[in-house]
Amino acid sequence: MNDSEKRPAAGKPGPGDRIRAVFRTFALWELLRGLRVTLTNFFRRKVTLRYPEEKAPQSPRFRGLHALRRYANGEERCIACKLCEAVCPALAITIESEVREDGTRRASRYDIDLFKCVYCGFCEEACPVDAIVETRIHEYHMEHRGENILTRERLLEIGDLYEEQIAADRSADASYR
Amino acid sequence: MAELLANWLDFLPPEAAGALVDLVAILAVTIVVILCVAYTTYLERKVIGFMQLRQGPNRVGFRGLLQPFADVLKLLVKEIVIPGRANRWLFLTAPVLALVPALAAWAVVPLFPGFAVADLNAGLLYLLAMTSLGIYGIILAGWASNSKYALLGAMRSAAQMVAYEIAMGFALVGVLMAAGSLNLGAIVEKQAGGVANWFILPLLPLFLVYFISGIAETNRAPFDVAEGESEIVAGFHVEYGGATFAMFFLAEYANMILIATLTAVLFLGGWDSPFAGLIDRQWPVVGILAAPGLFWLAAKTFLFLFVFLWLRATFPRYRYDQIMRLGWKVFIPVTLVWIGVEAVLSVLDIGPFK
Repeated sequence: MNDSEKRPAAGKPGPGDRIRAVFRTFALWELLRGLRVTLTNFFRRKVTLRYPEEKAPQSPRFRGLHALRRYANGEERCIACKLCEAVCPALAITIESEVREDGTRRASRYDIDLFKCVYCGFCEEACPVDAIVETRIHEYHMEHRGENILTRERLLEIGDLYEEQIAADRSADASYR
Repeated sequence: MAELLANWLDFLPPEAAGALVDLVAILAVTIVVILCVAYTTYLERKVIGFMQLRQGPNRVGFRGLLQPFADVLKLLVKEIVIPGRANRWLFLTAPVLALVPALAAWAVVPLFPGFAVADLNAGLLYLLAMTSLGIYGIILAGWASNSKYALLGAMRSAAQMVAYEIAMGFALVGVLMAAGSLNLGAIVEKQAGGVANWFILPLLPLFLVYFISGIAETNRAPFDVAEGESEIVAGFHVEYGGATFAMFFLAEYANMILIATLTAVLFLGGWDSPFAGLIDRQWPVVGILAAPGLFWLAAKTFLFLFVFLWLRATFPRYRYDQIMRLGWKVFIPVTLVWIGVEAVLSVLDIGPFK
């Protein structure tokens, strides 16, 4: 494209080159080349998503808001083994356990601080009973101080609400785990 | 249309009826210009967005078509802050001084056959006067703001205006010589009869000089040193907000549309159809394409407006000394040479210069 690159480097520009340069300047040659670039981009397809109406596809492995799951009979899965608390690199999980009347160990407190959480998904990987999971939900917000702490009740509530989706995502990914 | 209105008003004394008809014409043109300005801002954001592979505004109304109204509403509701130790009176007069000439210049523009708000015989002269007057608003705004940036912007704008006004004037002299009239309607009529008769061919260098000077005159990119946001924040209108800023904005865009329209009027045959020489008016269906009318002027204006935005999306800002060099050392000699060529051709009775 660029003639100056083709021309041998040695030697002064001759009179022909000078005339050509003047002609090009007055033909606005370089300017027109610049204009061509913007015009081709003008007609190119725009890749921006119109966000609330259009959304990027999500993987079943998407790591969004956390949830605690239950077994099909309604019993909560979490056995307060504290593996997730141990593996959490951001120290976002706080668990206190107690022994229930039927002799099983359960979490009396299970808090996740969303401000600390880095959404790495280690808690989900560490969990032996698939209790704590990260869902596809990524559009959430807090309106009051303290709402960043997800309590056990809140986590179970989210789990109950989205169980269908969560189960479908786990089974879609099951063969790769 | 004007006659129809005049007939309908014949119960009034003729002077009053005439004044009323003029008033209606003025209102109609002003409102249309302001609406055009509103949608030019939308067009600008859309075109530049598209050139940068973005969507542009698309939230307010269908595809963002109500965006200009949202912007206007926002600007009108905002507070007007007058800086301490600013010259209050001049500070508030400056936007008006910028806006009034921008709108007043539209009076002589022939919009369709036989119509201009004021059919002046010295129309071209009036236009030169009005487009130069706009600079007073900018200089006063820069001075009255009591701000370094504003003053710098105003000084730059003034120097630029002086340099390009001359080239622009000489380009108009070329048109004047070719048309033999200062009346814009007569200039358009002289170009009647298709592309071959348009002044753009014999006056190509003047056309380029006029259009580029027009961009410089309206302080648009790549000649926008007067506001150059990366250097002097917003130039002459740093201290302006709300409705006062809206007026500067309106003036800038009205000027932009004016330059685009004038380029079409002076060099591209105004309301004349580009098919006038090729298609017979009597032919069925396609014959309508050969008819002169507002549509053709609007289409040509749109084309030049698009070029305005296209240039803005493409080129970086000129350095200040380069702007001066281009104005004084390139444009003025080019126009002078071409006027000389034109004079020789017209003496020898060659081409359209008879």
